[in-house]
Amino acid sequence: MSALLEVSGVTVSFDGFRAINNLSFSIGEAELRAVIGPNGAGKTTFMDIVTGKTKPDAGHVLWGEKSQSLLRMSEAKIAQAGVGRKFQKPTVFEDQTVQENLLMALKKPRGWMAVLRYKPDGSDMDKVDALAEQIGLTDALKRKSGELSHGQKQWLEIGMLLAQEPRLLLVDEPAAGMTPEEREHTTDILLEAAKTRAVVVVEHDMEFIRRLNCKVTVLHEGAVLAEGTLDHVTSNQDVIDVYLGR
Amino acid sequence: MQRSFIAKNPSVLIFLAILALFTLGVTLLSEGAGSGFISTSFVKTLGKTLCLCLVAVAMDLIWGFAGILSLGHFAFFGLGGYAIGMWLMYERTRLIVVDSLSQSEIPATATEISDAIGNQIFGVVGSSEFPLIWGFADSLFLQLTMVLVIPGLLALVFGWLAFRSRVAGVYLSILTQAMTLALALYLFQNDSGLRGNNGLSGLQNLPGVTASQDDVSLWFFWASALALALGYVLAAWIVSGKFGSVIRGIRDNEARVRFLGYSVEAYKLAIFTLTACIAAIAGALYYPQAGIINPAEIAPIASIYLAVWVAIGGRGRLYGAVIGAALVSLLSTWFTGGQAPDIPLGFATIKWVDWWLVLLGLSFVCVTLFAPKGMGGLVDLWTQRRTPERHGADLGPDAGSLQEQEASK
Repeated sequence: MSALLEVSGVTVSFDGFRAINNLSFSIGEAELRAVIGPNGAGKTTFMDIVTGKTKPDAGHVLWGEKSQSLLRMSEAKIAQAGVGRKFQKPTVFEDQTVQENLLMALKKPRGWMAVLRYKPDGSDMDKVDALAEQIGLTDALKRKSGELSHGQKQWLEIGMLLAQEPRLLLVDEPAAGMTPEEREHTTDILLEAAKTRAVVVVEHDMEFIRRLNCKVTVLHEGAVLAEGTLDHVTSNQDVIDVYLGR
Repeated sequence: MQRSFIAKNPSVLIFLAILALFTLGVTLLSEGAGSGFISTSFVKTLGKTLCLCLVAVAMDLIWGFAGILSLGHFAFFGLGGYAIGMWLMYERTRLIVVDSLSQSEIPATATEISDAIGNQIFGVVGSSEFPLIWGFADSLFLQLTMVLVIPGLLALVFGWLAFRSRVAGVYLSILTQAMTLALALYLFQNDSGLRGNNGLSGLQNLPGVTASQDDVSLWFFWASALALALGYVLAAWIVSGKFGSVIRGIRDNEARVRFLGYSVEAYKLAIFTLTACIAAIAGALYYPQAGIINPAEIAPIASIYLAVWVAIGGRGRLYGAVIGAALVSLLSTWFTGGQAPDIPLGFATIKWVDWWLVLLGLSFVCVTLFAPKGMGGLVDLWTQRRTPERHGADLGPDAGSLQEQEASK
């Protein structure tokens, strides 16, 4: 399987502290992957590197079939190339309606002149309606997203992510603060998304990961500690020592 | 979503109607129309106020919507005034010089005329040479182009440098203050080519126009009203579409917009340059009504006043900016013009000329603390445009944050 994203030998230090230490990671075209690890293992920094927020001191981040380097691209360019990111805390534009949020995320030309002239046509509105249906916010389309509940905001953000039509989805703790039903719905959305694109889920909750039923990567001190099925990694002695044993 | 722009923004229509009524009323009551209830100097004050409203709309775009607290937009306003002032001054001086030289027996040569104009304009700073920057001053069209080009270019270069390095927040505000201060200090120099601290004067006299100031003041009043109307509609159109969505997103969460794939820097630069051009147009209409422009006009404090107007009026809504600018600048004229009656307290007298700034400062603090929406927030009370009132019991976590009554709808 050809890799969509290939991270190799990446190292980042903040004031001498090695947040990421010679990390290598790769994910294929349509694959679901869970990343777990204790606090400070470098999960968020890993996402920062892939999305261009943090520049590593060493290593390569290669993208797509042409093996483009993401390190020289700006955040906006990386997002345009097809990397979507969901933050740990739901970050939607609270002052704007659900519809406006989704329209902004919809995959369309991103230049300011094109955006200035942009008028949503019928197919755009259909897409927005379909997304709202998928994330269960059809009735809330005209509401300001600041009025939504925590779980609904999480979904809206996932919806915005899907609207971008990314080839790689980076999802940071999607189920945080959700009720069991909401979690189940989130799992469904992620599993559905992973059929057509690569999805990386960072999560603490073992039950949630078990339901995703996918390959798991365990990070520890900025490097990969173990990789494989959930049962495989949970039986790994190193993993038990640093993570599960505590 | 497919409704027309006006249907989506009823406030635009209301604003335009009020502005049209106001313009008509002032015109009918002015001396130019013969009735004379409003003096010509007050028509000028009102015309100038409309220009200040226009620059406040620009400030609201950049601050209230894009979240960039620029404290330098009066520099662009002033540059617009200088650009139009150069032509007004040159052309009027030329007409006078040509007229007086035609009295002499030997016809004057072109060089003599040019020298005489230079002497008239720059004699006050001890020079008679035309500086390079006056190269276009003989052409109204080119100088009108300069009204947009000079401030636009300055904003483009300044913005590119600042936004590219991701300078934001209070640091950007300080940088814009430094820019306007540096520009003012430069213009204060006699060899800057713009007559140093004398500035450009006599701008109220249109060259070749024999109509009285009663009429001229009305022309400028109408032009200012038209510019405000067009500027307002343009601003409303910009913020109502997806572009508005993106810049409000930048205001609220810049990083998130970046991860959506929008180049935040390009958007900031576009809105910064556009608002600079709007400010320049406002300035180009303001200073012919004021009659004089000098570097003190673009002192850092002017841009801070602009921010205060917008804050008091209510940022994030265009009519708020207009209300704030109109009200505060008219009140300021009233208080500082000596019209407000002094208040004797026995031991001391409150002279409003001195105490107006204290009053303005206090109201700014009060608005910031107690009414962050500004005076525009009063409109919300009337239209009930609040966040919906939550009644009924919480349905529990499963149904999200919907409350009983909303959920049953």
